Amino acid sequence: MSAVTATTAPVNSGPNAVLDSWTMLRRNLLQMVRYKSLTLMLIAQPLIFLLLFVYVFGGTMGAGLPGGDGRSDYMAFIMPAIVVMTVVSVSLSTAYTIALDMEKGIVDRFRTMAIAKSAVLTGRVLGAIVFTVLAFVVVIAVAVVLGYRSDGTVLGWLGVIGLVLLMTLALTWATVALGLSAPNAETASNTPMPLMFLPFLSSGFVPTDSMPAGLRWFAEYQPFTPMIDTLRAWMSGAGAGSDAWLAIGWCGLIGIGCFLWARSLYTKVRAH
Amino acid sequence: MTTHTAAQAPAIEVTDLRKSFEDNHVLQGIELTVPAGTVYALLGPNGAGKTTAVRILTTLISGDAGTATVLGHDVSTEPDAIRLRIGVTGQFSAIDELLTGRENLQLMADLNHLPRRQGRARAQELLERFDLVDAADRGAATYSGGMKRRLDLAMTLVSSPRLIFLDEPSTGLDPRSRRELWQIIRELINEGVTIFLTTQYLEEADELAHKVGVLDRGTLVAEGTPAELKRRVPGGRVDVTYVDPVALSTAAGAIAGATADLESLTLSVPHDGTLGALQELVGRLDSEAVASLEVHTPDLDDVFLALTGHRPQPAEERPENTTEAPMTEEVAR
Repeated sequence: MSAVTATTAPVNSGPNAVLDSWTMLRRNLLQMVRYKSLTLMLIAQPLIFLLLFVYVFGGTMGAGLPGGDGRSDYMAFIMPAIVVMTVVSVSLSTAYTIALDMEKGIVDRFRTMAIAKSAVLTGRVLGAIVFTVLAFVVVIAVAVVLGYRSDGTVLGWLGVIGLVLLMTLALTWATVALGLSAPNAETASNTPMPLMFLPFLSSGFVPTDSMPAGLRWFAEYQPFTPMIDTLRAWMSGAGAGSDAWLAIGWCGLIGIGCFLWARSLYTKVRAH
Repeated sequence: MTTHTAAQAPAIEVTDLRKSFEDNHVLQGIELTVPAGTVYALLGPNGAGKTTAVRILTTLISGDAGTATVLGHDVSTEPDAIRLRIGVTGQFSAIDELLTGRENLQLMADLNHLPRRQGRARAQELLERFDLVDAADRGAATYSGGMKRRLDLAMTLVSSPRLIFLDEPSTGLDPRSRRELWQIIRELINEGVTIFLTTQYLEEADELAHKVGVLDRGTLVAEGTPAELKRRVPGGRVDVTYVDPVALSTAAGAIAGATADLESLTLSVPHDGTLGALQELVGRLDSEAVASLEVHTPDLDDVFLALTGHRPQPAEERPENTTEAPMTEEVAR
């Protein structure tokens, strides 16, 4: 019978941030494949909103748009918001899975191993990026099948992809931090829910100048509005102007702030 | 690098270790030494500070005062050197339930930077060793409690650590799984692995450990071999329940050293755990008068009562541990 402990000691030179993050990313992708119901639900969420808004509200809403003319115009109008909701939807799952890891003993196991401290969180964020890109492709494909046509240039679409990645980074670090600060996985799946609601209070589904004064003020200044306006400009072949810088700035601010918050939460080990 | 003197150095050395969580003084200056290749059991009830001690020694949290050296490395200054060399199996199963058993082991191999082929071979070897081959490619969420614990321990062993921490390894396991786990731990001991374990069960410490430290409210109140400790604990007893008070008092007068409890109609007879003494006692009992008989071996309660003068006071915070009944052997050998 072979011994439980090998005679030769394994060659492990200690923490390696790149190697360990890669391993954690593969773990998260594998979880995605295994946890199919969650994966499908997250991709379905923005699609349900797309169908709901285009086919239920779309006829009337489209007619109400300035210069708008029915369903297909409304679809083009809300596509940026649907893209944002796709990003939010995926990032929400990160809060839940991070909290689940913390609740179970596995993060403690990782902490007693010589692996890069950042790898657990970085792996989650990288996993969210892969997941978001996948969901983004599915959402755009379904939209095209439903009749969505973009006037955006190749450069414009590259910009869209770039901004989607940036938003993913910012929102995922936010949900990682929310997941780490939640006492358990159930709370973690609820606390970031307002993020799902925020795109409705923006320029995403109706022009902000159709809103009452207080709400309009909020909608114009909240971070999702410049992001949605930038996406809308690039997806329709226009220039985004200062909105693009505002959107990038918000992403940077949220991303860096939440990264630092998440890092301090992760290093602070819970007493029990 | 591993010189002869280094091999002789203790695996764990703890001096005046203290830790408080706000007003709760969990560890109040514990000292202990674990020689390499031996098994040390920290015995105590819930809330005694066992898990805190393990968390400090495994670099999860830092102590407030005192020093702790693990495999020659200070826990506070060289945590990564320690993490490279130890294995830890905590109280709650630290497995990824979404992955299969094999994938969990593979994950550990990758995190230990084992070459791909070596990692795969190691995973297979451990699956065979821990009787998990049939379930290897099933999600770990479907595993039984005993299987999860075995997978957990197998994951700890992927890196072939020479020092293993086991925090209440058998808590929540049924007696059969517990015995299987003990067998695995014994094999590790035979291979010269140093083991530091915590337990609430005197029997577990007795089965596995070379040396036992009794932890009470953050203080080591006794230390010694299981045999030494048991000598300090009054032996077991046999509780004989009678059908009526008359029979009870008759018997109480006839059997030396017995104490009678009239309320429960029970006669407690001191018992040294041998079959001979039990046979002799049974021979003297009147089968008509006796309702039932129970052999009681010393457990944690007895150890605590003998060493500290009070019963262990379990903490309220972990109800899953308190549902477990203390182990009582049906017949002592």
